[in-house]
Amino acid sequence: MTDLLTPRAIGQSLVRRDGVDKVRGTATYAFETDVEHPAYCHPVQATIALGRVTAMDTAAAEALDGVLAVLTPFNAERLASTEDAEYAVLQSTEVAFRGQLIGLVVAETSELAREVADGITVTYAEQPHDSELRTDHPGLYAPEQVNAGHPTDTAEGDVDAAMAAAEVTVDHTYETQMLHNNPIEPHATTALWEDGSLTLWDSTQGVHPDRAAVCEVFGLDEERVRVVCPYVGGGFGSKGNPHANVMLVTMAARALPGRPVKLALTRQQMFFLTGYRTPTIQRMQLGADRRGRLSAIAIDVVEQTSKIKEFAEQTGVPARMMYASPNRRTTHRLAPLDVPIPSWMRAPGECPGMFGPEVAMDELAEALGMDPVQLRIANEPDVDPDTGKPWSSRHLVECLREGAQRFGWDSRGPGRRREGDWLVGHGMASSVYPTMRQATSTASIRFSGGRYVAEIGAADLGTGAWTVLPQIAADALGVDVADVDVAIGDTRYPTASVAGGSSGTNTWGSAIVQAAREFRGKYGTDPQDGDEASGDVDQAAMDDAHAAYAFGAQFAEARVNADTGEIRVPRLIGVFAAGRIINPRTARSQLIGGMTMGLSMALHEDSVFDTRIGQVANHDLADYHITVNADVGEIEAHWLDEHDPYVNVMGAKGIGEIGITGTAAAVVNAVHHATGVRVRSLPVTLDKVLAGLD
Amino acid sequence: MKPFAYARPADVAEAVRDVAAEPNAVFLAGGTNLVDHLKLGVARPDLVVDVRTLTSADVSDLPDGGLRLGAASTNSEVAADRRVRERYPVLAQALLAGATGQLRNTATTGGNPLQRTRCVYFADVTTPCNKREPGSGCSAVGGYTRYHAVLGTTAALPDPTAPETCIATHPSDMAVALAALDAQVQVLGPAGERTIPFTELHRLPGDDPSRDTVLEHGELITAIDLPPLPAGTRSAYRKVRDRASYAYALVSVAAVLPPGGDVRIALGSVAHRPWRATRAEELLRGAELTDHSVRAAMDAELAGAQPQPGLGGGNGFKIPLVNRTVVATLRALTSEASA
Ligand SMILES: Cc1cc2nc3c(=O)[nH]c(=O)nc-3n(C[C@H](O)[C@H](O)[C@H](O)COP(=O)(O)OP(=O)(O)OC[C@H]3O[C@@H](n4cnc5c(N)ncnc54)[C@H](O)[C@@H]3O)c2cc1C
Ligand code: SF4
Repeated sequence: MTDLLTPRAIGQSLVRRDGVDKVRGTATYAFETDVEHPAYCHPVQATIALGRVTAMDTAAAEALDGVLAVLTPFNAERLASTEDAEYAVLQSTEVAFRGQLIGLVVAETSELAREVADGITVTYAEQPHDSELRTDHPGLYAPEQVNAGHPTDTAEGDVDAAMAAAEVTVDHTYETQMLHNNPIEPHATTALWEDGSLTLWDSTQGVHPDRAAVCEVFGLDEERVRVVCPYVGGGFGSKGNPHANVMLVTMAARALPGRPVKLALTRQQMFFLTGYRTPTIQRMQLGADRRGRLSAIAIDVVEQTSKIKEFAEQTGVPARMMYASPNRRTTHRLAPLDVPIPSWMRAPGECPGMFGPEVAMDELAEALGMDPVQLRIANEPDVDPDTGKPWSSRHLVECLREGAQRFGWDSRGPGRRREGDWLVGHGMASSVYPTMRQATSTASIRFSGGRYVAEIGAADLGTGAWTVLPQIAADALGVDVADVDVAIGDTRYPTASVAGGSSGTNTWGSAIVQAAREFRGKYGTDPQDGDEASGDVDQAAMDDAHAAYAFGAQFAEARVNADTGEIRVPRLIGVFAAGRIINPRTARSQLIGGMTMGLSMALHEDSVFDTRIGQVANHDLADYHITVNADVGEIEAHWLDEHDPYVNVMGAKGIGEIGITGTAAAVVNAVHHATGVRVRSLPVTLDKVLAGLD
Repeated sequence: MKPFAYARPADVAEAVRDVAAEPNAVFLAGGTNLVDHLKLGVARPDLVVDVRTLTSADVSDLPDGGLRLGAASTNSEVAADRRVRERYPVLAQALLAGATGQLRNTATTGGNPLQRTRCVYFADVTTPCNKREPGSGCSAVGGYTRYHAVLGTTAALPDPTAPETCIATHPSDMAVALAALDAQVQVLGPAGERTIPFTELHRLPGDDPSRDTVLEHGELITAIDLPPLPAGTRSAYRKVRDRASYAYALVSVAAVLPPGGDVRIALGSVAHRPWRATRAEELLRGAELTDHSVRAAMDAELAGAQPQPGLGGGNGFKIPLVNRTVVATLRALTSEASA
């Protein structure tokens, strides 16, 4: 237990410090970095899903005026480490998925680079590929562990016996779709190799992890590599670790010493190269007595990974801790496929993993004739069912009650209400996200010119780090927030962890508070110019005795057109308990942003994988639909005033990801309430409800 | 992007001569479709002739009481024109249902009906496509067919390797309204001027899916004429799509209902061209428009429809969907008429 900082700057709805520059277009993003006489890169991608490149005809390309370099597996430098198959670019002629990088053209203009890259004739020895996820895939295997270090399978009690004995059961299979992160800023880098030193202006969620990966792959000393990234135009996990494009542009820079090179992936290329959320197939079983007390919860997940690099989405993890039940089972099985490499996407694990279970709870409520909110309240666990630990704080029930009240849930009725041409329904689901802190991060605080400067290599993905970190520093130092500057996004500042797992504010904030305490301990309240102290996150109090999560509840109104089946969601309300909110303005935009992305997952986003050729068929933003403004009606995020003395001195849990969890289930449940049609595979589109309409 | 020459001639006659003289030349208007295709390598012209400032940008009255839309008038201007909104609401609605405000400010009357299909394989030069590369085959058959045709195709699962196979749809909203309005296309070509009924502008794939329209190389659209409609005519456009804005139609319906006259129905995103539902129109001639009669007429119209199987369940849902959408559109029009 820690004494929380007395909130003065914390809790204020301060405007974004970087807002004006971004609106004016003067904030510099990676690709726009002002370097002298840059050259431009365009990749060559494999057009087979499995096999080998046997030849690449580059002679004509190399001879062209304005072409500076053509890199291929036949001439590229050999990397120091090829352990990570994603990063081992141009190290072999093997092709493991369609769209894989097999070459790069560097030219005086981006147009020329693109034209030349597209014109290179490649000959392949093609093999039959396997890119279809299915539950009877012969290669299904249990990974050693799933992401974030969770066990692959868990079991307690006897689910089968409990299901057989239960008065009411639900046993269905739910599917979440393949999803691609589409931050507005594509994955882009400006790179310069000069005098044996490398500078990368890269769009990344963490300059230090980015540097570490590049150093490992190229065998470089970290002192010789600088990564700079003051602004990120969104990442959502897809810039959480670097992808192959960063290695490729580094290679290009090393091939042209002294010449800055630029590489921005096109939107289409992102669908092959920057990760995606695996589709999941979730068999859900719930058993309960007539009063709705759960006796069995089981989720058996089948999902995919690429054959060359394992990625094991922790989809079954939230089912381990959401509700109480004496009998529980969770399993994960991966199908290894000849497909692009899955990666992080907002709330990995929790986002898909709160779909099947939260729709199944709705189906159980329906079978019981019970209110879905009451069903959840009836199964509230006293301690974490997974670890047996007490909760650091858990206010799910309060979120459910407040959400129901704000939404007008009591007026819900039995369903199939019609207003004009529209069938109207209400649905809800719970939200959850673990509170995480990363093991390493250091901050320094310096007194300079009458102001305090906090330095840490943190990243602001548009989330608000530029704004909230000064708030934390100000309260830790006991000064006005206007007297504090922060400097982030550069490996010249002390090491910071990745912006991921909603852990940034927790981790970097804890380091900053630690640095502030060191500073005050050393210099008191009257420091001299140049005084400096640093602090480490691992010096900050860490509580292992409690299970720490943020919770929430989301309520959705769906309208389904009685003629066409078109689905609209005019109302979405979320109530969250996420500890202390550092800045209501930036927090609200994280929460409604997450909910909007959840709505997008519910209704629109769908990477349609063409298993015949092994690629996403709809790989651009005209065809891969992301919810647009007109699809978002009233959207509200509220939060409880939660006091959690165990998580950190700020009392803050993460808020970046919880908003996307449960949303899709709430929408699907609302569509069912409106139409009586139960859609168990995402997204819910009009064709899936049409047949059930009169 | 392949390098090309760019020309901005002095007038339309010169523009037509320029394009006619160069087999691999194209006209450029707003560029919202063509420039995308230049970047993707879908269009690889040697010469781009900019006609944006050469054709008229005006919407003007015709002596017969109709309207002439100059080829360079923008989609926004036409949609906002008072005469269009009052007399041809189906057209204003169709335009406003398309793309986004920014795109409509640039897209033109001449370019919009000539935009190419949104078939995802057409836009991806790494996949076979008879429309883009004649004879290479059709990747859409058995693939991602959600936005593909159910009418005017020869069979469900036609031979994907046959050079004539194409199951693409025409994606324009504006064109569906123009088909229902019996618009006339004014064309200037190397052989002089001609007028093409809008319903005959677009083709079915036939034996050459690479050709979307009957326009010959070098033929320039100079204007599109809207014939006058009897006073009291009602019309509406209904677009059904996966998201509320900024999405192409899954299906769409343009309907024109003159007072006491016979309804005209055009369907969008169901065929290689805007589809006049002539069979349904015939069956409804003189009939009372009820949900029942319209549904029966549309059943007849759709009797030969071919669902295309494919990823994610194919596009069979379009057949009941377009029927229901026509019923709903005419129900709204007739209740508006009786209100
Ligand atoms: C993201 C996006 C979303 C869109 N959504 C929709 C939608 O929902 N509904 C919809 O209907 N449309 C939609 N569009 C398409 C848009 O309407 C068209 O791109 C636009 O109307 C084309 O007009 P333009 O003047 O820009 O044509 P251009 O791109 O200049 O030309 C298109 C074609 O027409 C030819 N051409 C142009 N003018 C003439 C002429 N006068 N005579 C002969 N040939 C000519 C060109 O050579 C070219 O082949 C969308 C476009 C984009 C990019
Ligand atoms: S449907 Fe037509 S446009 Fe699409 S791939 Fe087939 S031939 Fe090409």
